[in-house]
Amino acid sequence: MAGDRVAVVGVGQTVHRTARKDVSMAGLVREAAVEALADAGMDWSDIDAVVLGKAPDMFEGVAMPELYLADALGAVGKPMIRVHTAGSVGGSTSIVAAKLVSSGVHKRVLTVAYEKQSESNATWGLSVPMPFMPPLVAGAGGYFAPLIRAYMYRSGAPRHIGHLVAVKDRLAALRNPKAHLHLPDIDLKMVEESFRLWDPLRYLDVCPSSDGAMALVLGSEDVAGAAPNPPAWIHGMAMRSEPTMFARRDQVNPQAGRDCAKDVYAQAGITDPRHDFDCAEVYVPFSWYEPMWLENLGFCAEGEGWKLTEAGATAPDGDIPWNPSGGVLSSNPIGASGMVRFGEAAQQVRGRAGDYQVELKTGKALGQAYGGGSQFFSMWVVGSAKP
Amino acid sequence: MTAPSSTFPPHHHVLEYPGGYTRSTGPVIGRFLTGLRDGRIEAVRLVDGRVLCPPTEYDPATSAAIAPEGDHWVVVGPCGRIQAFTWVAEPRAGKHPLDKPFAFALIRPDTSDTAMLHVIDCVSADAIEVGMRVTPRWRTERTGHITDIEAWVPLADGDEPTNAPLRIPPVDEQPVTGIVSEVRLEYTINAGESTARYLLGLGEGKILGGRAVDSTDVYAASRGTDPITGQPTEIEVQVQDTGVIATFCVVNVPGLSPLAPEIPYVSAQILLDGADNTFFGLIRGASVDDVRMGMRVKARWRDELIADHTAIEWWEPTGAPDAPYEHYKDYL
Amino acid sequence: MRDVAVVSYASSTTPKDDIHNEVEMLGPVVREAIVGSGIARGDIGFVCSGSLDYLQGGPFAFVMGLDAVGAWPPMRESHVEMDAAWALYEAWIAIQTGEVDTALVYGFGKSSLGDVHEIMTLQTDPYYVAPLWPSMVDMAGLQASACTGAGALLGADDIFPITDGSAAIVLAADDVARRASKRPAWIRGIEHRIECHGLGVRDLSISESTRTAAEAARVADGPVDVAELHAQFRHEEAILAEAIGLPNDTNINPSGGPLAANPIMSAGLMRIGEVAKRITAGEANRGVAHATSGPCLQQNMVVVLEGETA
Repeated sequence: MAGDRVAVVGVGQTVHRTARKDVSMAGLVREAAVEALADAGMDWSDIDAVVLGKAPDMFEGVAMPELYLADALGAVGKPMIRVHTAGSVGGSTSIVAAKLVSSGVHKRVLTVAYEKQSESNATWGLSVPMPFMPPLVAGAGGYFAPLIRAYMYRSGAPRHIGHLVAVKDRLAALRNPKAHLHLPDIDLKMVEESFRLWDPLRYLDVCPSSDGAMALVLGSEDVAGAAPNPPAWIHGMAMRSEPTMFARRDQVNPQAGRDCAKDVYAQAGITDPRHDFDCAEVYVPFSWYEPMWLENLGFCAEGEGWKLTEAGATAPDGDIPWNPSGGVLSSNPIGASGMVRFGEAAQQVRGRAGDYQVELKTGKALGQAYGGGSQFFSMWVVGSAKP
Repeated sequence: MTAPSSTFPPHHHVLEYPGGYTRSTGPVIGRFLTGLRDGRIEAVRLVDGRVLCPPTEYDPATSAAIAPEGDHWVVVGPCGRIQAFTWVAEPRAGKHPLDKPFAFALIRPDTSDTAMLHVIDCVSADAIEVGMRVTPRWRTERTGHITDIEAWVPLADGDEPTNAPLRIPPVDEQPVTGIVSEVRLEYTINAGESTARYLLGLGEGKILGGRAVDSTDVYAASRGTDPITGQPTEIEVQVQDTGVIATFCVVNVPGLSPLAPEIPYVSAQILLDGADNTFFGLIRGASVDDVRMGMRVKARWRDELIADHTAIEWWEPTGAPDAPYEHYKDYL
Repeated sequence: MRDVAVVSYASSTTPKDDIHNEVEMLGPVVREAIVGSGIARGDIGFVCSGSLDYLQGGPFAFVMGLDAVGAWPPMRESHVEMDAAWALYEAWIAIQTGEVDTALVYGFGKSSLGDVHEIMTLQTDPYYVAPLWPSMVDMAGLQASACTGAGALLGADDIFPITDGSAAIVLAADDVARRASKRPAWIRGIEHRIECHGLGVRDLSISESTRTAAEAARVADGPVDVAELHAQFRHEEAILAEAIGLPNDTNINPSGGPLAANPIMSAGLMRIGEVAKRITAGEANRGVAHATSGPCLQQNMVVVLEGETA
C-alpha cells in the first residue's frame, strides 16, 4: 500500500432501526462517533480532521450536512471533508480518511457515515423523477433484478440460492445486537413464501431501510502503537469507477469491481482470497449479490459463486464467512452501510466482533462497498498484523 | 443551425418530499421546543460559563455532550437585543414566516451569551437598529416549533414584555420529540442538446442515437458523450425500433410510477438493433410468464407521435425467432 | 511532502446555459484541461469532482458527470459534495500518498435552474434555522451587518451573479509536472478549516477559520503577487483579505472574482486555477487562492501557489 502505515484504532456504531426517533441527526452521528473515540481512548480534541460520508442529501433534506454537523463531530477549527460516491460512499469515505493519515498529513482522523432514512423515504430519494429523463417505471429493484436474472442465466444457478443468503445473513444478525432486523424464525420457507417484489427477488431477499451511523478512528503507526485496544492495520485500499452505461458493459460482473479487487489484493499480498481471508464484509443489498460478488471479488471462478453459497462456505461456520455481522440484508442505513462493512471487517481482525467473531487464522479480512448502477467500488484489506 | 434544445420549452420541476421531512429532535432540541410551546425560552450554561441559546446537544466549541436534564438548564429572555439584522424587502411566499417586509436578525436573549437567528416584525428597516431591545410575539397556537415565536418586535424603553398567550395543553400532552419540515424547491430544467435531438426524433417516430467521431459505438439515447472516451457523440445515427430483450424482471410492486401498468408487468433491458447499449422498456402483448431473454420485440408507438419519452408506450413481441444468447451476451 | 503543481486549467461560465445538459456543459472543459496538460486521459492517475445534487434538483449529479470524463477502463475516482476546491484537496492527498502522480479535478453545476439563494437555506440547522428559510443573501446580510454595526440591505451589486459553469484542473507531481507545464504552479501550502455552524455563536465580523488556514498554509512566508478570493458578497472580500493578512496593495481578483462569475461548486476551484494561470503565464510568481463553503464563510481553504524558484 502506498504511503505511511495506517490502522483502525477505534470503531463505533449505532443501533440500526427503521426509525431512530429517539435522536436528532446530530445525536445519531454522535452515538457512533463517541463510541469510536472511546474505543480509541481519545477525546474530540485529540482528532486532527473529520471526514463525513453519506448518500444523497435529499434523504434528509439537509444540503452539505458537514456544515450543520461540524460542531457535533468535533471538527471546529479543523479540516472537514464530505464524501459522496453513492452506495459505495461509506467505503470511499473510510479510504479518504485513511489517506489523510497515509499521506503523512494527519495522525488521528475521525470518519463518520450515516443515513437517517426515516426523515423521508429511500424509494422516493433514489428515484426523484427528473424532467426529460426516461421515466423510472420499475424502481431500484427494477434496475437490479434483471441483472440477477442475467447472472442466473449465465451461471445456471438454481432459484433458491438467493433465498439461502437471505436466511444465512438474517440468522447471523441474531448474534449482532445492533443489527436492524432480528428474525429468529427465518427459514427457507419463509423467504420463499414472502411477497414477490421484482421476480426473481422476493421481499426477504431485499435489504431493509434503516437509520444508522458508523464511525472509525484512523491512526498513524505511532498512534496505533499507543492505542488501548488492538488496531486493525490497513494492508490495502482501492477505489474504482466506471460509467453507468456504455457499449458492451458487463453489468453483472463489472470490470471496475474486478480491477478494484485486483489492486487491493496486490497491495495486501492476497493471492487466494478464499483462503487468505478469515472473513469478508461485502455490500449485499439483494441476496443474489453474494454469489455475484463472490465471483467479482475472485473468491471463485466465474459461474461458481452460487456453489460456494449453496455449500455453506460463506456461513459463519463455513470456510470463508461472508457478512458474519448480518450484512446489508440485516441493516441498511445506505450512506453508512459501506463503512459498516469496512468497520466490521476491522472488528473481526481486532478480535472485537463479540458474538459474531469468526475464528482468526490468517488475521485478514476484506471490506467492500459498491454503489450506483454497480459502477462505484471501494475496498480495503485489514489485518491483525502490521503490514 | 438552431440548437434542438431551444425548440423545447423548459420544464418545471418540483423537488418536494410529500408531507415533509419527519425530523426527530432528540432530547435537547426537544426540550427547547417544548419550552417554546410553553411560552418559555430555555438555554444551557456551558462548562466555560457561557449561556448557549438555542441549546444544542453539544458544546459548539468543544463538542462535549450537553445533558438534556440538570441544573445547567436556565430560562433566558424573554427580551433580547438585536446584534445584527438585514432587511427583507420581498418575503418568500410559503417560506418566510411573515408575508410582509421584515428583518432577519441575530437576537441575543437577555442572560444568553449567544444569539439566535429569527425574524423581526417592524414597519421598516429604519425602525430598528443594532443594539435595540426586542421582545418575542408568541403565537397562541404553539406546537413546539421555532415559529412558535411568530416574530420579535421592538420594545420601547420602560415597556414590559408581554407574556405568551395562555395555552391550555391537552391533558395527555407529551414533550416535543419531532417536527415536520416541508421543503419545496422549484426548478426550470432544459432538455440539453442530445436529449432534445432524441426526443425530436421520437416525435417523428424515429429512435436517434449518437456516435463519437473516433468510435463505431452508437448510443441511444446519448447524453452527449461517449462514456468510454468522453468525446461528444455528435454524429446522429438512426437505430431500429426493434430489438432483443437482454434481460428483464417481473414487477409485482404496485404504485412505483404513474406510468406503471397494472401489476404484474415486465421491465426489460432491450438491446436495440443498431445500438450498442441497452435501453429500459416495458414489455406488453405477452403473458409475463412467456417473456424470455432473447425475445425479439418492437416498439409500440402512440397513435399520435409526441416528442417525449412516452412516445413509445411499450414494447411487444414480434413473433420472430428468439435471438441466440451470443447476440446479446456482451450487453449484460 | 511531494511537490505538486497545477499544470493545466480550463473553465467555462455563462449566466444561463439553456442549450446543454450538465454533461454537455462539462465535457469541453474537461477535454480542454486534459489536452492542456499533455497527459493522455488514460494516464491520469486519479479523478475527483465536486457537485451538488440540490443544484439540479435530483440525486446523483456526479454520476452523470463521469460520462464527460470517459471513465473507461475503470478509474480511481472519488467525489465530494463540496466545492471542487475540496476535490482538489482530496486529489492532492492522493498524490501525497505516492499512489498516483497525476489527477484530474473538476466541478460543475447550473445555478440558473433553481433558486440558489433559497437552496442554500438547506445548509442550515434543520431544527432551528432552516424552518425560517433565511436565504443565502439574508444570511450574508447578517454578516454585513455584523461588520458595520448597522442594518444591511444588500443590493444587486453586492451579490454574486447567477452563473452556470464548470472548471477543471490537472495536478501533477515532481518531474511529471515539469514535463507537463513550462511553468507549473506549485502548491506550497494547502489548508482548510471549518468553524461553528450557528451564526449566533460566531463573530461574523471576522473569519477565524480563514485566518488559521492562511497561517498553516504559510501565506506570510513570502510576497503575494496575486490573490483570488471566493468572496461571493462584496463585504466578504475585506473580511477575507484581513483574515489572510493580505497587504492593502495586493492585486485581488484580477479575474473579476465571484462577483463577475460564480458557478457554484466550481467557483472555489476556479480561484486556484486563476492564480495558477497567472503564475504559469509569468504574470505572478507567488499567489494565494481561497475557497469557501457554507453560510457566512463557515468553512475556508487557503492555497499558496508559486512558480519555480531557484
